[in-house]
Amino acid sequence: MNMIDKKLHTKRGVSRRQMLAGSAGLTFAFAFMPAMDGIEALAQGAAGKLNAYVTIGRDGAITIMTPAPEMGQGVNTVLPLIIAEELDADWSKVKVEQAPVNAAYNHPVFRAQYQVASLTTRGYWMPLRTAGAQARRVLLDAAATKWNVPVEELTTEPSTVVHAASNRKMSYGEIASFAVVSDKLPEIKPEQLKPAAQFRLLGKDVPRIDIADKSRGDQKYASDVQVPGMLYGTIVRAPARGSGPVSFNRDEIKMQPGVVDAVAFDHAIGIVAQTVPQLFEARHKVKATWKDVKGSKIDSDRDMKEFLAVVRDTSKKGVVVRKTGEAEPALAGAAKVISGEFTSPYVYHAQMEPMSCTASVTADGVEVWAGTQWPTKSVEEAAKAAGTTPDKVKFHTLQMGGGYGRRAFVEYVTDAVLLSKAVGKPVKMIQSREDDIRVGRFRPMSAQKVDVGLDADGKVVAWRHRLAAEPVAPYVYSQARLDADKGVDLIVIYGADMPFYDVPAHVTEHLYEDRGARVAAYRGIGAGYTNLANEAMIDEIALASGKDPFEFRLALLKDPRAKNIITRVAEMADWKRKRTDGRALGMAFSKLGLPPVGFSMIGTVAEISADRVTGKIKVHNMWSVADVGLPLQPNNVAAQIEGAMIYGLGGALKENISIKDGAVEQSNFHDYEVMRMSDVPQIQVEVVRSGDIPLPVGELGIGVAAPAVANAFLALTGKRLRDLPFSPERVQATLKA
Amino acid sequence: MAAISFTINGKAASVEAEPESALLWAVREQLKLTGTKFGCGSGLCGACTVHIDGQPVRSCQTAMSKVAGRKVTTIEGLSDTGQHPLQKAWVAEQVPQCGYCQSGQIMQAAALLATTKQPTREQIVEHMDGNICRCGTYPRIVRAIERAAKEA
Repeated sequence: MNMIDKKLHTKRGVSRRQMLAGSAGLTFAFAFMPAMDGIEALAQGAAGKLNAYVTIGRDGAITIMTPAPEMGQGVNTVLPLIIAEELDADWSKVKVEQAPVNAAYNHPVFRAQYQVASLTTRGYWMPLRTAGAQARRVLLDAAATKWNVPVEELTTEPSTVVHAASNRKMSYGEIASFAVVSDKLPEIKPEQLKPAAQFRLLGKDVPRIDIADKSRGDQKYASDVQVPGMLYGTIVRAPARGSGPVSFNRDEIKMQPGVVDAVAFDHAIGIVAQTVPQLFEARHKVKATWKDVKGSKIDSDRDMKEFLAVVRDTSKKGVVVRKTGEAEPALAGAAKVISGEFTSPYVYHAQMEPMSCTASVTADGVEVWAGTQWPTKSVEEAAKAAGTTPDKVKFHTLQMGGGYGRRAFVEYVTDAVLLSKAVGKPVKMIQSREDDIRVGRFRPMSAQKVDVGLDADGKVVAWRHRLAAEPVAPYVYSQARLDADKGVDLIVIYGADMPFYDVPAHVTEHLYEDRGARVAAYRGIGAGYTNLANEAMIDEIALASGKDPFEFRLALLKDPRAKNIITRVAEMADWKRKRTDGRALGMAFSKLGLPPVGFSMIGTVAEISADRVTGKIKVHNMWSVADVGLPLQPNNVAAQIEGAMIYGLGGALKENISIKDGAVEQSNFHDYEVMRMSDVPQIQVEVVRSGDIPLPVGELGIGVAAPAVANAFLALTGKRLRDLPFSPERVQATLKA
Repeated sequence: MAAISFTINGKAASVEAEPESALLWAVREQLKLTGTKFGCGSGLCGACTVHIDGQPVRSCQTAMSKVAGRKVTTIEGLSDTGQHPLQKAWVAEQVPQCGYCQSGQIMQAAALLATTKQPTREQIVEHMDGNICRCGTYPRIVRAIERAAKEA
């Protein structure tokens, strides 16, 4: 998020369209190669032409390159679909190919092939529409020349150019057999793009291209790669970040059956074996001593107490992240102050495919197979590890078995390359689930304190939000990046701002607690905990003044889209019907985006009950209404919202990583519990359209789960849950308090 | 190492493996049937689910010595055409997101429908509760199983 924030904020005054279409330096590539079928054209084309989005064969087959990696969110359907829409392609004739790693396919905001912040579709939207429209225009011009008619008289039907005046038609394949493309591609102005009302493919729920393969076991992931002569390797990292081995029982490990080699790297121990069972057997026998580093002392229980002390002590000042008006004096002058503290532990991505990557280092360079959210960085890191240059890296971007931010770290690519280099053979690096958790890269632990000032009439006059947590940006990017962003670490603090509520004076402070933990961006980033604080406080203010939480939100929200979605979700949940059967309702609002990108929004109601003996919360129903701008694939948008709500519920009810003496205490899904089918409520999602721009979707559902449940619990019991996760022990303790 | 013979997806197979090693790795790395996934290695997530003599098992917890002479079915062998009612329902309900767990989900569900033609929702949830989907496709998995039961 930081990168976008910086890029977009330093370009104030530049219109949204210019930025996202990339007129300021974006080199989006498009090449149209007529008179040759695709493969031939690619083989004969100049190097620059390899970066084509669209190729049309004489047989009418259309190949569309998809520039972004796929981690489950359906971008490898929707991105080609955007091109096909503007090209007016017959979708049944379209074949999608994963684009190589090349600057021509860079995301316009990130200037890299990089997938974070739910911005893939939003970012590529204008470049891909333009690419599709350019291809169509080339076809129209060629047909106009052939028929000797003005191009303005031509229209298109799917994969066909039509001249209605003379009742003539020509297929795209026919045109491809004679069309000549000049070096200069036709310029497409935004107003020449197809109006949304004329879309044939977008908004129509075209089936995803990957579903059949994924239902037959045919989808290939990095861990499925098979290379002749391949060995298996794994990496044993130090428990703490930045540490490495002092010594380990190398002789003993090398003697284990099937072990080819065991190597100490600066950062870890590498093992290579003939088979996976042999590899994991040997890995279990590793005994190592590790360098003492800052993170070796982490004790999450103790640290949380210290974080809380820091947020309570207002003499300690943090980095001011967001500021509207003057909250401090307004708070000092308030008639009443309502305060709340909230805590959130480290949590683990728990992507279903443990880290895996295959690499083959040869004298000529290195070949790599990986699923990654950051292909561009993966190539750079592979080159570095192999001791070569990026042009000598042959990189295969594969489907990820879950990402959620975890695969924006690409250290597993480095690991695979180092292992292959060490043994001089191709190596498939596989991490066990235990290692995947033990050295996971977690959402940072946090403590928050919110103080809300009210005037004599109960109106909100000031809002102060203080958050103590490990910074993430220096670790994900660099300290220089954080410094350049004036110390604002949006990955940690995201969601603490409240642009849609009528709060005249608001300040958010991040108090850095640099403990050396392995932290990362995580689905929803800060919103997973900051929005608990925000939305829980909204309910507390409402109840303090005897108001209904829905009516109170409706009055305090100033944005018409926000008002619309919470009104609609209240209807869906039958909010006014008081539940009498030991259940209660709770509401939450959340948003995703940044000012230059635009915000998507979600309103959610949860219906829960709580077993007062066992302390177990049961979520029976969840209703959500999501305004995502223009939903390009509405059913898939709903699927993403459902999935994110469930992911968020895991954080709300179950998930917890504890660290003691620098070592993670959890090891597998028995002690790091995630949502299972029996935990999942009935879910209804309604997707609302507003405007003509597809807004961020993938992480939108994360922020609402915890506050909706906590607010329902407050309505049910009169008690406030403040500490994630709302485990049975916490619920019991809260009920007794 | 020992040669262990069994039937996989209707065909005879023999692999060299340690008798106590897991069936999962023989299936994936030796027979190259990679639809069966490694998720946890401890029988906690269900991504590695296959059938042995029609029963769903976690292949990461199944020793090769227990497989000798038996019939193993993986996702690749569930249907010759990839048109098992569950696979069709998975497409109709657009279930998968990342897709990594889905082979295991389908194999687990197929075992349910083989014995319980019209499962109740409670039966579905109870039967499927050992299979984790981190993308949160559970509501669609339930709908797809109900659809397959209806259309089979």
